[in-house]
Amino acid sequence: MPDWLLAPTLLWMGVFFFAPLFLMLIISFASRGTYGGIEWTLSFANYRALADTLYLQIYFRSLVFATITTALCLLLGFPLAYHIARAPARWQGVWLILVMIPFWTNFLVRTYAWIFILRTEGLLNTVVMGLGLRQDPIEILYTDAAVLIGLVYGYLPFMVLPLYAAIERLDVSVVEAAWDLYASGWSVFWRVVLPLVKPGVIAGCLLVFIPSLGAFITPDLLGGARSMMVGNLIQHEYLVIRDWPFGSAVAFVLMGMVMLGVVGYLKLSGRKM
Amino acid sequence: MTKRRGWLLGLSLGNLLFLYLPIAVLAVFSFNASSMTAQWQGMTLHWYRVMAEDAALLTALQNSLLVALVSTAIATVLGVSAAVSLERSPFRGHRAIEGALLLPLVIPEVMMGVALLLFFVIVKVPLSLVTVTIAHTAFNLPLVLVIVRARLRRLDPRLEEAARDLGATPWQAFRRVTLPLLKPAIVGAVLMAFTVSLDDFVVTFFTAGPGATTLPLKVYSMIKTGVSPEINALSAVLVLISMALIAWSLMFQRTQRRMYPFGH
Repeated sequence: MPDWLLAPTLLWMGVFFFAPLFLMLIISFASRGTYGGIEWTLSFANYRALADTLYLQIYFRSLVFATITTALCLLLGFPLAYHIARAPARWQGVWLILVMIPFWTNFLVRTYAWIFILRTEGLLNTVVMGLGLRQDPIEILYTDAAVLIGLVYGYLPFMVLPLYAAIERLDVSVVEAAWDLYASGWSVFWRVVLPLVKPGVIAGCLLVFIPSLGAFITPDLLGGARSMMVGNLIQHEYLVIRDWPFGSAVAFVLMGMVMLGVVGYLKLSGRKM
Repeated sequence: MTKRRGWLLGLSLGNLLFLYLPIAVLAVFSFNASSMTAQWQGMTLHWYRVMAEDAALLTALQNSLLVALVSTAIATVLGVSAAVSLERSPFRGHRAIEGALLLPLVIPEVMMGVALLLFFVIVKVPLSLVTVTIAHTAFNLPLVLVIVRARLRRLDPRLEEAARDLGATPWQAFRRVTLPLLKPAIVGAVLMAFTVSLDDFVVTFFTAGPGATTLPLKVYSMIKTGVSPEINALSAVLVLISMALIAWSLMFQRTQRRMYPFGH
């Protein structure tokens, strides 16, 4: 089969992905016209404007949220992945399906579930106040905590699946040898298990970190005005302020951060592009 | 050993509880007679009736299915051809091209959405279901490519060579030997692309014009308007659909393994 089979794909992706991206890159150097259009005088003004504390704070918050989300997913997901990988073959399938069902369920629905639970008249407060544990409702919805719960909930399956794949390949006899040589539980974990499953840990962390960094739905629905993340800033600049050049610059800096993560992953896992 | 197992099992069940409790709660309260609170006031099917009679919701569902169907079809044809081409005739720099083609899978969704919005506005294409379908194809194509490419890499090239030696034309060898072996990967890719397209909110949000409402866009506007048991009912149905899709793909994989034991 000759090479022309690749041509339609290159054409489609060229026109409908790379051209838009390139256009966006150029526009990130333009500026907003007086009436909302685009002024084609190119400069670094948008990128310089990003150095403002207001925007730096949003980038910083996104990084912190993504890091905490990744750490929590790893903490929650590791025991689960380990348990699945060490379960009898019949049970492994069942457990994996159970992890995959939420993963295949609509993300908006899964986020809405937390609104239903956490809002002032929500299930949590109905139960807590109904049992007389508190007189006044707990206000969690529209705070940073709600965003973090939503992110961890949304991306946990992304962590469990690669971790499972790595732990499943782990040679049990190596772990048993460590026990036989009187290693403590902790040193078995830190010095034998963890180094062997490192590729899975790195892959899982990347799969959680990247979408959390650019999250839009979760902070939009569960967060308050003070928990804006970069994804929301881009949307705000594009659809509310209508400053497309500045919004584009915001997006390219985010993309740079994501690419840094990907390159770091390739370096750590010793793979070449 | 048993003590450690029990501890792990406990943590794992805790994890499952965390994953399922919110979905289960939604489903249970879709039968609640009260419309405003999370207080249980008796059982009703009222909200399912409201949902079934919601004309806007049905239109949105039709739009979503149409977009998912068309974008999955285009992405599958193009993605499978590209995967075969990359496997058969590697050229200088094919690795770089392959890497670049996977970019839509890593860049933030919001960025992909605004880039396409910008593009359509500048080339003066009015936003509609067509622009949504084009956008969905742009993220479905790399998805199909990765899945099919991974499978091709593990196929034994000698199988097709044997067919050629026995006098099959290149097309016959591909059609009768390689394609059946690729079928599980292609079906997997189709299901994945279809689901991702049905679920996509962010890219659709930026590329859909007025009147081009898909199901996730409708769900989003319902959520923004406020909590209502109708959304709970809809959520329960969507969860059931995703369970059915998984069951279907698993059953398919099982029959495939019986029919084509080679190459697994």
